[in-house]
Amino acid sequence: METVQDRVLRVIATTSRKPLEAVRPDSTFQELGIDSLDRLNILFELEGEFDIEINDEEAKSVTNIQQMVAGIEQLLAAKSKSISLQAE
Amino acid sequence: MPRVAVTGVGVICALGHNQEAFWRALADGRSAIETMTAVDPQQFRFSAAAEVRGFVPEEHLPPKDLPLLDRFAQFALIAANEAVAQSGIEWTPELREEAAVITGSSMGGRGAEEAGYWELFHNNRTRVHPLTIPLSMSNAGASHISMRYGLQGAVYTVSSACSSSAHAIGQAFRQVRSGAAPMAIAGGSEAPMFIGGLKAWEAMRVVSKDTCRPFSADRTGLVLGEGGAMLVLEPLDAALARGAKPLAEIVGFGMSSDATHITLPAPEGAARAMRKAIADAGLAPEQIGYINAHGTATEANDRTETAAIRLVFGDRADRLAVSSTKSMHGHTLGAAGAVEAIASILALGHGLLPPTANFTRPDPNCDLDVIPNAARPQQVEACLSNSFAFGGLNAVLAFKAWP
Repeated sequence: METVQDRVLRVIATTSRKPLEAVRPDSTFQELGIDSLDRLNILFELEGEFDIEINDEEAKSVTNIQQMVAGIEQLLAAKSKSISLQAE
Repeated sequence: MPRVAVTGVGVICALGHNQEAFWRALADGRSAIETMTAVDPQQFRFSAAAEVRGFVPEEHLPPKDLPLLDRFAQFALIAANEAVAQSGIEWTPELREEAAVITGSSMGGRGAEEAGYWELFHNNRTRVHPLTIPLSMSNAGASHISMRYGLQGAVYTVSSACSSSAHAIGQAFRQVRSGAAPMAIAGGSEAPMFIGGLKAWEAMRVVSKDTCRPFSADRTGLVLGEGGAMLVLEPLDAALARGAKPLAEIVGFGMSSDATHITLPAPEGAARAMRKAIADAGLAPEQIGYINAHGTATEANDRTETAAIRLVFGDRADRLAVSSTKSMHGHTLGAAGAVEAIASILALGHGLLPPTANFTRPDPNCDLDVIPNAARPQQVEACLSNSFAFGGLNAVLAFKAWP
């Protein structure tokens, strides 16, 4: 099954029109040539992929893929917690 | 070349429904940014906007005309009516035949389109309102002004995002200066408070979560506004000959394109537009005492605009007063150039420079004298009004005080 990291790499590769093998877990956005508009596209696609909302201010501090994966894992954890709370 | 006077101005925006209310708020440094009422703010990631409050169209326009006018066209016509009334222009058949009307709008009447499309997509309707096209076309404002006063010359609309109405005023200025038009009504209007448009701005991640704080270290983005603003331009000699009192002289116009990035501004492009406006005005940079900045309060604009001002003015930038009145009336997009041109003209006329409201603490990347929070009594000789659009399109107007 695809991990969160796999899904992030796939979304970034597809959105920025790069081959998947060019997008590595330790890549920075700068290395990938991702500019401010690419970032908007990536954030938009990631929000759809994971059904989450990524805060503008928090997104600004993310500069590489590791940080992006960690941030998304946090948001997913918060989401599953709120869903399980609703279930109780 | 003949000199060109501004003999009338009209404005309706969040700060007020006419120029007196507009100027009172600017002079008081009072921001009109509040929680949105046109839409439910719960469905957005931001809640602040600068809306025109207490607006009853019937109080400004004949009720029978309203079905033909989208909100953006209403603002255009109301502002034009005020400007024409103040100018006291004496219409003759010859003047009407050649007069120009040049307006700017970024989104035009897309709000009217949205209303129709909503019915198609959500309510299974098969038709939209028959006036959808004439309501939503971006030139609706210009056409209604033309019809209202019987003006039959060059009438058209410029759409260059947030520079639209600065481009429109600049074009009109050149038409009047060259003699191509004996007078012109020029400005712009915008009514972006509808769900689809607001969602598109939300997705750009440039709209502030609290308020508009241009040049502050903790600025978090722009706040959308709505409104309309129009100027009456005529040859100075003709204005004086009929006993009109110019509000200011419009002396220069400069435009440029960054030609670099569709959304990220570049200081060189903005600097070239300012230089061209100053040169076109026949002024020396030291004669400019005030700049009404584009000052959107996005991270990129304010930093880039500061760099551009430093490129043009060098060390003199430290002695230049710069403010962003968007902190009070919001970012009115296609109307911004005209709203802020009028703020600049009134500042020259009153000898009072409007402040940058909501200012908290300085950003080292925006180290200009931004007139924080309180207006400053200061008579300057000449000023610039900056407009820089997405798409890298820059338009700068220069005005000179009329003694």
